[in-house]
Amino acid sequence: MEKTWNNKAWFLVLPVLLLVAFSAVIPLMTVVNYSVQDTFGNNEFFWAGTDWFDEILHSARFWEALQRNLVFSFIILALEIPLGIFIALNMPKKGLGVPICLVLMALPLLIPWNVVGTIWQVFGRVDIGLLGHTLAALGIDYNYVRDPLDAWITVVVMDVWHWTSLVVLLCYAGLVSIPDAYYQAAKIDGASRWSVFRYIQLPKMKRVLLIAVLLRFMDSFMIYTEPFVVTGGGPGNSTTFLSIDLVKTAVGQFDLGPAAAMSIVYFLIILLLSWIFYTVMTSHDADA
Amino acid sequence: MMQTREGKGNTMATTIKYKPAGNLSWLVSTIYIVFLLLPIYWLVNMSFKENAEITGAFSLWPQSPTLRNYMVIFTDPSWYNGYINSIIYVVLNTVISVLAALPAAYAFSRYRFLGDKHLFFWLLTNRMAPPAVFALPFFQLYSAFGLIDTHIAVALAHCLFNVPLAVWILEGFMSGVPKEIDETAYIDGYSFPRFFVKIFMPLVASGIGVAAFFCFMFSWVELLLARTLTTTAAKPISAIMTRTVSASGMDWGVLAAAGVLTIVPGALVIYFVRNYIAKGFALGRV
Repeated sequence: MEKTWNNKAWFLVLPVLLLVAFSAVIPLMTVVNYSVQDTFGNNEFFWAGTDWFDEILHSARFWEALQRNLVFSFIILALEIPLGIFIALNMPKKGLGVPICLVLMALPLLIPWNVVGTIWQVFGRVDIGLLGHTLAALGIDYNYVRDPLDAWITVVVMDVWHWTSLVVLLCYAGLVSIPDAYYQAAKIDGASRWSVFRYIQLPKMKRVLLIAVLLRFMDSFMIYTEPFVVTGGGPGNSTTFLSIDLVKTAVGQFDLGPAAAMSIVYFLIILLLSWIFYTVMTSHDADA
Repeated sequence: MMQTREGKGNTMATTIKYKPAGNLSWLVSTIYIVFLLLPIYWLVNMSFKENAEITGAFSLWPQSPTLRNYMVIFTDPSWYNGYINSIIYVVLNTVISVLAALPAAYAFSRYRFLGDKHLFFWLLTNRMAPPAVFALPFFQLYSAFGLIDTHIAVALAHCLFNVPLAVWILEGFMSGVPKEIDETAYIDGYSFPRFFVKIFMPLVASGIGVAAFFCFMFSWVELLLARTLTTTAAKPISAIMTRTVSASGMDWGVLAAAGVLTIVPGALVIYFVRNYIAKGFALGRV
């Protein structure tokens, strides 16, 4: 659509601007403020320069949490994206099955995140959970509280359970937008199932897949509540992701300086990722 | 797009649809849905059991079904107030977010102005910002304003990610409305506010509904900020549940019942927005 140049449009944006300034800019400034100061209590602050940043960037704990988070996000993408595409391809395209599938599949997306944690915490317990009990009955030694690998598997399966539907719904939206003429042409040409996927469905899903990949990456990169409820970051530090580590530092130990410096590093990473997201999406808008 | 499929005109050729991966395709959806529903079923199952049965005997369905767990929640104020608190701040947040986002989304969909692209990007970064980064500064900011433990504090805090979301979704819907409609209305002598309320808003009604739904949902599922900003008077149900989890002498049945009750609101409204869910998650860009 052709847009007219009109600087008075700023007045329409003003309410949003004030609201988000109050809930984003001021808090962020507080963080910046803390990140360069030290305190010994009593509201006395001392200039600390970049000491906290130095400390954070040289702390093994931060790098380990970052590394864990990157590995986690990578596993999540590697599992959820192919699985989501596969399920979307096999979803019914018409009839009563469509609304039933859509509603049931969207269900996990609407459950409060800590309840998702609670559901899996209970589900995986050997004494009272269906999953834990069944595995124990099969003779598999599974305990997410004690064993780091089991904890990881639980958190990953929980996330697949929670968010794969997002990928499915987005891919499905892309698939149903393909005009039937494309399939008819493919049929006349005698195209195989694979070439239909490769040359018709995948290109049409490209845009939504992009959104799915970026959303899943970013949301898994800042995951907090679900693993916090299930494992509390343990056993040991094995499932302590960046957010969990940050809240531990800020609220648990009340180390304001390091927590603030960490927040800023974390935020800069997110900012970079958002920029990539935005650039990719808007360049896509221009193509379309 | 989903709504065109559901809507008029596109139905005639559906018979020649490709066959998705043979005749077993229904099996994939079914297995996936069973995988999704099993953990939820287990929670529902537990919520109808006595605690003795939960910890003592292992059974796939309640042997002696009881409503005790639900009765505990509906009769104890410290439980049911949690639901009331959650609903109050979620509704407040939804109203604030959508009202603020409406004019902004209109501006983004119709006009170019100084710094518009930067502003749009900046809004997006707030949707992507980790709440953990904001937990501590929010606490201090709202303490300074004496807002801690009030519903409005949580509602404002959730604006951090819901206002950008609402702007993006509404902008997507508004861009689909032809500009000629605006121009015709102005020629007919409508003032901007009158045009916006009388003509434009009904045209994007579904978009407003979807934006409201997503604000409601993301405010409903968020815990970290809601928990940080409340102590007792405005404590959300999800935080009350966490407290019970950490307490010794677990009341599993009540915990399960509380969990089931938090799923209900989402499950009720999801049917109405089923065709727009993908669009909402894609920030209005499908």
